[in-house]
Amino acid sequence: MALEKKIRELKEKREKLLLGGGEEAIEKQKAMGKNTARERILAILDDDSFCEYDMFVTHDARDFGMDKKQLPSDGVVIGTGTVSGNPVAIFAQDFTVAGGSLGLMHSRKITKIMDHALKMRMPLIGINDSGGARIQEGVNSLAGYGEIFFRNTISSGVIPQISVILGPCAGGAVYSPALTDFVFVVENISKMFITGPEVIKTVLGEEISMEDLGGARVHCEVTGNAHFFAKDEDECFSQIKKLISLVPRNNQVKAVSCEALPPDKKYDIEKIVPGDPTLPYDVKDVIRAITDGSDFFEIQELWAKNIVIGFGRMGGNTVGFVANQPLEMAGVLDVDSSDKAARFIRYCDAFNIPLITLVDLPGYLPGVDQEHAGVIRHGAKVLYAYSEATVPKLTVILRKAYGGGYIAMSSRHLRADFVFAWPAAEIAVMGPEGAANIIFRKEITTAANPDEMRKQKVEEYKEKFANPYVAASRGYVDSVIEPAETRKLLLHALEISTDKQESMPAKKHGLPPF
Amino acid sequence: MKENIDNNELGKLCVDGTNYSTRLSKSYRKRKQYVPDVPGAVISFIPGTIIDVLVKEGSEVKSGDDLIILEAMKMFNRVKCPLTGVVKSVHVTPGMRVTRGTLLLEIE
Repeated sequence: MALEKKIRELKEKREKLLLGGGEEAIEKQKAMGKNTARERILAILDDDSFCEYDMFVTHDARDFGMDKKQLPSDGVVIGTGTVSGNPVAIFAQDFTVAGGSLGLMHSRKITKIMDHALKMRMPLIGINDSGGARIQEGVNSLAGYGEIFFRNTISSGVIPQISVILGPCAGGAVYSPALTDFVFVVENISKMFITGPEVIKTVLGEEISMEDLGGARVHCEVTGNAHFFAKDEDECFSQIKKLISLVPRNNQVKAVSCEALPPDKKYDIEKIVPGDPTLPYDVKDVIRAITDGSDFFEIQELWAKNIVIGFGRMGGNTVGFVANQPLEMAGVLDVDSSDKAARFIRYCDAFNIPLITLVDLPGYLPGVDQEHAGVIRHGAKVLYAYSEATVPKLTVILRKAYGGGYIAMSSRHLRADFVFAWPAAEIAVMGPEGAANIIFRKEITTAANPDEMRKQKVEEYKEKFANPYVAASRGYVDSVIEPAETRKLLLHALEISTDKQESMPAKKHGLPPF
Repeated sequence: MKENIDNNELGKLCVDGTNYSTRLSKSYRKRKQYVPDVPGAVISFIPGTIIDVLVKEGSEVKSGDDLIILEAMKMFNRVKCPLTGVVKSVHVTPGMRVTRGTLLLEIE
């Protein structure tokens, strides 16, 4: 039968293409601890859900001997599938084919699946493993990058965009991940930089290894470019699946809810926070004490640790947590923590995820380096992000909330919907020591025993202002609550704000300080 | 929970006169003390290689004079004199590689 023959031919063609760059190249890829492009896709997607497109695409470059070079699928695999039943679009650059280099057709395949993702309003997962532009294709390859960046930008805030760096991603190529919502990296495999170690050495005389310049750890701990760190590809794939399960598939819907589980009893909410506001504790324990199943999915765990961000569920629905971390740098706001929080707040707002803010901070980090690094404009991002967010905003003041930090952390004044305070909360312009020194300077300096007088005045100030009741008397705090009531009240607040409607004045777009 | 915190890794951070017991970040521990600019100090504004030193100790110089040729980013940069005076000391010689912020020479 003629058809049978044709089917056999198709199978043969496919089999050949599925080998990508060939067995030798695959072996090399494996030796680096890396999976192949198709293996990666299959590992992320549900079994038997992957549909591949454009397998037969080839380049039509003619210069520099390219006309004699066969590049299977032009070095990138694209398709659609599901992750825990949720539809996603996915592409994976194939390093075994010409080093995953990006030429015109390679980029057209990527932009095709990006257009598809946007049109179908589903998440996009991009796996980057590429030596960079296919130089033989000249400006066509630059055009390809530009088309990708443009689509990343217009899709931003409409569909979730996830970048996975599983190999080199250097030069201009880094800007696609940088424009997406979340970047995943793997130790010893991911490498991201604008200019590599060799150029830096030639031009500037500075010597640095690739890992120290732009390895996974650097981007998770120092630059803040990456959001999730994994030891190997398998761990990375499970992180991606978890994230996909927590976020909505587009900005018109809510995340899929699941069964509500009570928090683990080992997190005793009344025993976590020390009474003395100068003593540290791990605020993630407070989050675990209130969130469903004590399951907190942290984002950017290793960078700007003085603020904690991430997803959890309350009553089965996804919420975003933002919390000052007294265990790290006393939980102060600074350049990096402001940047980290602001971007996350905007993410939650774009994707209909209610925000729960846990407040315990002494204010902004003092220092010449912070002032010169622009803590004013970076700090302003937090105010901007909270003010413009129209998703339900719930705030719990756990302990201290001083000065500008109090205002910035989802205060009533930035239109928080519910502000709760624990009884040990101190809502004031600054801590008692600093305040007493200013208000009672004269009394203290002229006293027979200044130290004794200072102590007395600090106590006086504490008595008067270091509590939640002054703010509660003005209605800035809606309710002073027992710690044990927190989860119940948050669940109630979330329930009654399900259909929250709030609109902003019409504008083309605002001008956040970035 | 509290037992997870190792007291040995806690430092003190002072905000508004209150000392907080907390972990200090690497970048905070490694931060550099601020030093105000010294008017006569000529500093390399970019890392590179010294090609030529055009003045000697004791040379009289005017504001705007060329002092040093510094090669960086494949360009020969002329390091200009910031004020009129006398070269007090020269800290570099041709061929030396300098990092950004290196003290090249001082003018009095």
